[in-house]
Parts: sequence; structure tokens; C-alpha cells
Amino acid sequence: MKKENVPQDLSALGKITKEVCYATDESGKYATQLSSGWDVKINALDVAWEDINERIAAARQKVLNQETRPILFFMAYRLMDLKLLADYTGFWQWQIKRHLKPEIFNGLSDKKLQKYAEAFNVSVADLKTMTVHEN
Amino acid sequence: MKIDFEHRQSAHCESGVTSNLLRDSSGGKITEPLAFGIGAGLFYAYIPFISINNGPAIAFRTMPGWIFKRTCRSLGIPVIRKKFNSRAKAETFLQDRLNEGQPVGCQVGVYYLSYFPKEYRFHFNAHNLIVYGKEGDNYLISDPIMETPTTLTSYELERVRFAKGALAPKGQLYYTQYKGEISNDRIRQAIKSGIKRNVFNMLSIPGPFAGVKGIRYTGNQIKKWRDKLGLDKAKLYLAQLVRMQEEIGTGGGGFRYIYAAFLQEAHTYLPQEELLDISRLFTHAGDKWREAAIHAAGIYKGRLGSQQDFDTMGNYLLEIAGLEKEAFIKLKNIKWGTVS
Repeated sequence: MKKENVPQDLSALGKITKEVCYATDESGKYATQLSSGWDVKINALDVAWEDINERIAAARQKVLNQETRPILFFMAYRLMDLKLLADYTGFWQWQIKRHLKPEIFNGLSDKKLQKYAEAFNVSVADLKTMTVHEN
Repeated sequence: MKIDFEHRQSAHCESGVTSNLLRDSSGGKITEPLAFGIGAGLFYAYIPFISINNGPAIAFRTMPGWIFKRTCRSLGIPVIRKKFNSRAKAETFLQDRLNEGQPVGCQVGVYYLSYFPKEYRFHFNAHNLIVYGKEGDNYLISDPIMETPTTLTSYELERVRFAKGALAPKGQLYYTQYKGEISNDRIRQAIKSGIKRNVFNMLSIPGPFAGVKGIRYTGNQIKKWRDKLGLDKAKLYLAQLVRMQEEIGTGGGGFRYIYAAFLQEAHTYLPQEELLDISRLFTHAGDKWREAAIHAAGIYKGRLGSQQDFDTMGNYLLEIAGLEKEAFIKLKNIKWGTVS
């Protein structure tokens, strides 16, 4: 890649920091260049997030339909699968599946809810009410 | 306390951390491309039976941790590396090192890394940064992909050091207390062994998924993605391929440009003309990866999408596999002269 071809399309990261790329100068010698982003990868990231947002919306709807409880929503929101959530909370995967059932979730102790809240980085109150604060 | 430590931005986190941690002992000689090449950082692997973030598991670089390990080993530098079960012990150990004036490399997860923009935060646990002090409750952080130093509260740092999931860091930290000089002769030996190791990784790992065979395998798979996965999922897969290839930390072109830069620097230590020719081959490979990414973007943005477009995409990878095979065979066949 030649120095003058280093893309400078503004990405979400570009607002915070530019990134280092390696590119060649006129004599073909490599040096570092700063790039503020590239449309091709900005779009790739957008595609990934559209997919995630669809998952989040579907999970939210399931909770609103009373088919499940907000743990499912926060799993989608925090990009966690069962295995990862099990790692974070210390529960077994089958326990989490059980906790997703409305009647079981309603009877969960505060201690157990607290484990979920910590894993999702939210308060227990927000966990129960499916409230998110951007952070 | 604050250790006298100069933050330097780099393209890739681990080779950047390696280069920055070795700056004192190497007198700045171990640049990022040298660390990447000596550590045999260039790689390719596609593992079809596991999925990451609902997409394909594709890597353009070697296993996390290996660049630092190999670079230091090749240069004869002793490394101290520790993992922890206890969070309290992990923090005490870090504090003790900082009190001794020792900057420390840490493996962390990206998801809860507060200074990253939300869009870039995935459960990726092989990020690397350097801690070089603490002021109040804030740890001073030199994250090589950031332009400037930053901070994390003790809670935030603990959280990312103990991120969970694949490649969980378990509080892993590493550093070297080596203060001796690194001779040019040592660097020459290390460059040769790094190239040899990289040649093996790209040409000789058995099975179809790793090295240039892995690139070819992916190319052939891509041609089937449209039928097998459906257009929507195939788009997601291509987007993930491009993200792994171009995302922060690669220096562009799936690390191929950094490797080309490494070969140029290698040439200053080992003046063999082939190194410059082969460097140009890697630049060409990097350019092809980027061309392929632009084509892929046409598909995931919906401008393209026919089977023919997927065939073209697959063919890009077949072409790249050929290019890189040629380049690595040339590297393998270099007859190293005796350099004074």
C-alpha cells in the first residue's frame, strides 16, 4: 500500500484515536502512517452490528411477550452466549437455561440476581426492568 | 507512582507491547516490524467448525502471546510470565512490580475496556497493553493502538484482566528485567529463526485449515457460502472475514504490510537482495487482500450478490494463496551468506 492510498474515512474509532498503518513512500520504503478509518471496514462493522441489533430486538420482544425474562435480553445486549455467561456468573449452562423461565426467574434470590447483574454490568433493578444505560 | 515510560503507538497490540517493553534493553532497536517478524507473527487459519460472534473463526496472525514469547526467546531475553487464580493476588503482584519501577505487559479482554468505542467492543480476550503506574485509583495505561496514554480505574483493570471466555487472560502479565545489550549479531540470528518458523507455519502445518492451504480452503468455501448459508448469512461471514483482516491492529492487509516492512528491516541487518524482492511480494499480497475486501464490501453492502460475485471473491483468495506460497518458498530457499 502506498502512503497516499492510506484511507482516511472517519470511523467510530477515528473520533477517539487514529490507527497506525504500514505503507510505502516514493522510494518503496515502509513507514508508519496514521489512518482515521476505511469505509470498507466501517461497513463490515456496521453489518455485524445490524445483526447484533436484530438479535437484541428479537430478545427484547420475547421478554415483552412474557416468554422469557430479561437475562435473555442482556445476553444479546452484552453479546454473550450461554457458555460465556456461565463463565462470568459461575452458573452451569443448564441452570441459566432454567433461570430464563419466567416462573423460575421470579423466584431467584437477590444473590443470584446480583451475579447476573455483575456479569452484565448493570444494577439488579435495571436487570429486572430491562433498562440499559449507555456505557 | 509513575514509571518513566514513553508511550508509543503501534499498529498491532502485541508486537507493539513487545517492542515497547524491550525499548530500554534494546536501545530502541527492536521496532514493531522486527518484533512481529522475529516472533513469526504472520499466519492464516480458518477453523470451520467453530464460530465466533456467529461468524467464521478466521485468524491472520499467530496465537496470542507467542509473538512476545518467541521474540524474547530468540533474542535470549528471559521473560517472566504469570497467571493468577486470585484477583487480589493479581493486583498485589502488579502493584509490587510498579513499585519496583517495572512496566508490565497485561493480556486483557476488550469487551469492558472503557476507553474503546462501543462499536469495537467484542468479547476478544487477546488484547495487550502496558501498565506503567498508578495515581490514586487510576492505573496509567499505555495501550499501543491508542495515540496517547490513557487510564483505567482499579475496578476496570481488574475486570478486563479477568475477562471470561475463549483465551481468558486470567490476570496474565509479563515483563522482562533484562538490562543487557542486544547485539546486532543476536538480532541477525533471531531474524533468521523467525523467518524459518514463519515459513513452517505458512507452508508445513498439516491439514487443510492453516497457512497458505487455509487461504486456499477458505477461497473454495466462499464459493459455496451463498448456496450453503443463504445470502444474508454469507454477507455476515464476508464482513467478519474483512473485519479480522483489516480491523485495528493489523496495520492493513491482514498484517501482510507489517511483514513486508519487517523484511525491509531484516535487509538492513542481513543485506540479501532477495529480502527486498520478497518484501515486494508481501506488499502485493497485502494489496490483493485489500482489493478482495473492497469486493467483499460490494457484497455485504448489497451492491453485488450473484454466485459469480462469490466466485470472484473465492478466486481472490486462491490467487493470494498462490502469491504467498511463492513468497514463502522464496524465503525458505534463501541461502544466507556469512555476514560480517
